[in-house]
Amino acid sequence: MTAGKTQQRKSSSGKSPGTKAAGGKTAGRRSGGGKTSGTLLFEGADWDFGTIQRTFEAVERVALTELGLDPYPTRLEVITSEQMLDAYAATGLPVMYPHWSFGKRFAQQEMMYRKGFQSLALEIVINANPSICYIMEENTMATQATVIAHAAMGHNHFFKHNQVFQRWTSPDTILDDLRHARRFVQDCEERHGQQAVERVLDAAHALFAQGVDRDRRGQRPDPRSERQRAWQRRREEREAADDLWLRTVPRRESDQLDDATAADREAQRRALGLPEENLLYFLELHAPLLEDWQRELLRIVRELAIYFEPQRQTKMMNEGCATWVHYQIMHSLRAGGEIDDATMLEFLHLHAHVVAQPEFDSRGYSGINPYALGFAMMRDIARICSEPTREDESWFPDIAGNGAPIATLRQAWADFRDESFIRQYLSPRLIRDMRLFKLRDDSDEPEYLVEAIHDEDGYKRIRNALAEQHDPVMAQPRIEITGADLRGDRTLELKHDVHDGQQLDAMEARRVLRHLRNLWGYGVRLREIDAESGAEIAVHEAQET
Amino acid sequence: MRIIDRRQNPKGKNLGNRQRFVNRARSRLRRAIKDNIRERSVSDTTSGETVVIPSDDTHEPEFQRDPQTGRRSRVLPGNKQFREGDTIPRDEDGGGGGRKASAEGDGEDSFTFTLSRDEFLDLLFEDLKLPDMVKRQLKSEQIPKPQRAGFATTGPQNRLNMVRTLRRSLVRRAALGRPKQAALDQIESELARLQSGEITPADGKSADKRIAELKHTLEDARRKRSKVPYIDPMDLRYNRFERTPQPIAQAVMFCLMDVSASMDQEMKELAKRFFMLLHLFLERHYDNVDVVFIRHTHRAEEVDEKTFFEGRRTGGTIVSSALEEMLRIVDERYPINAWNIYVAQASDGDDVPGDVAHCTRLLKDRVLPITQFMAYVEIDPQSRARMGFVGREESDLWRGYAPLSESRENLAIRRIGEAGDIFPVFRDLFRSEENVT
Repeated sequence: MTAGKTQQRKSSSGKSPGTKAAGGKTAGRRSGGGKTSGTLLFEGADWDFGTIQRTFEAVERVALTELGLDPYPTRLEVITSEQMLDAYAATGLPVMYPHWSFGKRFAQQEMMYRKGFQSLALEIVINANPSICYIMEENTMATQATVIAHAAMGHNHFFKHNQVFQRWTSPDTILDDLRHARRFVQDCEERHGQQAVERVLDAAHALFAQGVDRDRRGQRPDPRSERQRAWQRRREEREAADDLWLRTVPRRESDQLDDATAADREAQRRALGLPEENLLYFLELHAPLLEDWQRELLRIVRELAIYFEPQRQTKMMNEGCATWVHYQIMHSLRAGGEIDDATMLEFLHLHAHVVAQPEFDSRGYSGINPYALGFAMMRDIARICSEPTREDESWFPDIAGNGAPIATLRQAWADFRDESFIRQYLSPRLIRDMRLFKLRDDSDEPEYLVEAIHDEDGYKRIRNALAEQHDPVMAQPRIEITGADLRGDRTLELKHDVHDGQQLDAMEARRVLRHLRNLWGYGVRLREIDAESGAEIAVHEAQET
Repeated sequence: MRIIDRRQNPKGKNLGNRQRFVNRARSRLRRAIKDNIRERSVSDTTSGETVVIPSDDTHEPEFQRDPQTGRRSRVLPGNKQFREGDTIPRDEDGGGGGRKASAEGDGEDSFTFTLSRDEFLDLLFEDLKLPDMVKRQLKSEQIPKPQRAGFATTGPQNRLNMVRTLRRSLVRRAALGRPKQAALDQIESELARLQSGEITPADGKSADKRIAELKHTLEDARRKRSKVPYIDPMDLRYNRFERTPQPIAQAVMFCLMDVSASMDQEMKELAKRFFMLLHLFLERHYDNVDVVFIRHTHRAEEVDEKTFFEGRRTGGTIVSSALEEMLRIVDERYPINAWNIYVAQASDGDDVPGDVAHCTRLLKDRVLPITQFMAYVEIDPQSRARMGFVGREESDLWRGYAPLSESRENLAIRRIGEAGDIFPVFRDLFRSEENVT
């Protein structure tokens, strides 16, 4: 379930620190003024439950009064590093059904950690109500304070208010759902054997990314409407069958027969709700050979895909929000004299680490760091609100100089997802600061082409391209089921819309199709159709066994 | 807000999943391991195994685009010299988007991971059981063994992690603006040259004023340096080790081999494989395994591994000499109350007439009573005889040992004809009891 990477986590992995002293200098200027009235919340690295309680209250006070945040109530859970390792092998959720792929992830993580290639996530926060925030025993007190500000305030507020989360997830019941999932999978394993269960789960995991209704813009799946939908499907099926019966009354004229088959096919397609891009949902409803418990397993995986979908759509904003919030809160505590220089220094070290953005040609580059981009955008928006330039005024007439940076940010956090957020708020200034450029990679050409750079001509093109890059719909191949031929050989027909000549990885496609065939029970065929010309480019098949 | 302390909750929630994963990779692993032991020396079993498994069974496929096809655009940070319309050669070192592919192609063709030593040996010796575990129970003191476990803020000096420490120190110094030594040197040299009248201030100020200014700066810088140390205690990072207790149990394994001219290189190779398996197997159960190599012709001597397998001598064949040498070494170095003793003997079965009876007597009276287990393998490459049913006539030694092996549980004798026989024979020797019944 590669799609299920927990995106709540904050990992200081892999990024090289050291070069980001700039953050430290800014801080020195701001907080160098010295101590004011407040008393220190804690001193030194050690923590106990008293200091955590005190610090949480102080952090919460700043979050609620100064930043006007409104998070879910929080439950802090202290865990050890081993438990942390455990937690994020199982996609970060506290309860999970058993599956070997989590063991694989665990083996990988453990090796990286033991060899010292990678440090552990400092915290994990679960989008539930009340939210659960895991903090690690090994963290120093400065880290704990940062983590509380970041996760318990930042992420938590985002979870509660962002519209994508509101539409897609139901934080009140997620833990119960997971517990049901675990119990159900365990029961199935007892009844039908581990192998049979894994066969279904493996296949479902391979279709994880095809388990959400992106086109329907994420209505939260409400059990009642789900049932209604299934019921309606069945009625349509019945009607189609009646229709078929009426039409198949023997007739003499052969031309009319052709006509009838075509109409029949159309009726059948309608009854199946084709074309359908939610592969998991389709199989759950229509796969002819699946038993009820197998359908339920598919539903469980699909629910999980739905739970993670908002995180895919808002990764950058979510991290940007949390990072901006912890930065504000820590500085506010420092200004109030509630934390000392040593803590501040450690915080800045940590912060610089998190928001480091290596340049594209440096060794450490592994894509755009969502923490870095998110944090930079949040700061930039705040700047536009309070100290706009002429340029900002022409680009962002709505918010430039409105003097309400925090309210503007809160509004943005609620209304957007990564893609639309970038389209709305990425400023020329930030494009210049990050020296973003757009590169075209045409596999037929021997060279890459620089399409746009940070200049007057390029801003909008870069902004659009970056927005598309942050859209999970665009980032993923578009695959839909087009036919099922239920009265013929029952081959399942799929189509991949090929845009810009980007074909599927053939090896991977065949492997996924094998899984798909295991669920469908009959042959499966995937055609790759060029979206512009309509030409068929490639066909992948998995034969009936 | 509530704080809950979960530290006492059970850890290892994922051990079950890890086990499932290992099971899944099992067939692959078994093959990888077999390839692996072929290249090892007898006593090289100390580490876990890095095994590369082709990802068929453990790969999690998903629909993804092939980055080699089609046209795509990417936004990248950190442009330095490019202008719109520039082209960048598609060369990895071209400084262009060379790393692009790795940034988006998240493919994994094969999956490397390290089996713990236990998992490795478990797989190798699936459902095998050590014949006699008595002494292990008697002598099971726990000694803690250190294992790496991340980093800590305190620790003994010898575990100081320089890289981590200096990295933190560098950041802190940069953040707090600690003046560098080079900057100080420059001020000092300028000061000296001003004082000696070698130069005059460029901006036309009087030399004295400039000197005073420089002195002030210098003093400031020195004060700052004394306040911001090069290494602060908060920079320090230590490698952390956790101690995990493990029982002491030790064993000595005697490898006895006939090296007279009748044993050719191929036969020795076969013997080596067998010894290696036995050694691996013992390692699985004992922390401390000594291996003693004894070769013999008409006279026995203790040698090192290399000589044992590669050296060649001529002479007659008196098997009892090896047994006697072994008994001598036991008396000398391995008190039987502290060591588990294993004997593996490989031979082509030849012995001078008359000596067989002596051997049998030695075994019965002195060797078998003190050993946990003795395995005798007869290397017999001509015949494809398995388990001694078919093939050539029984050898002298075989005839002598066979009756004994029936009455004594801790003596087992087998024949090996070719490399493929080794593992089956070995498994057969050490089959766990459930499987026997």
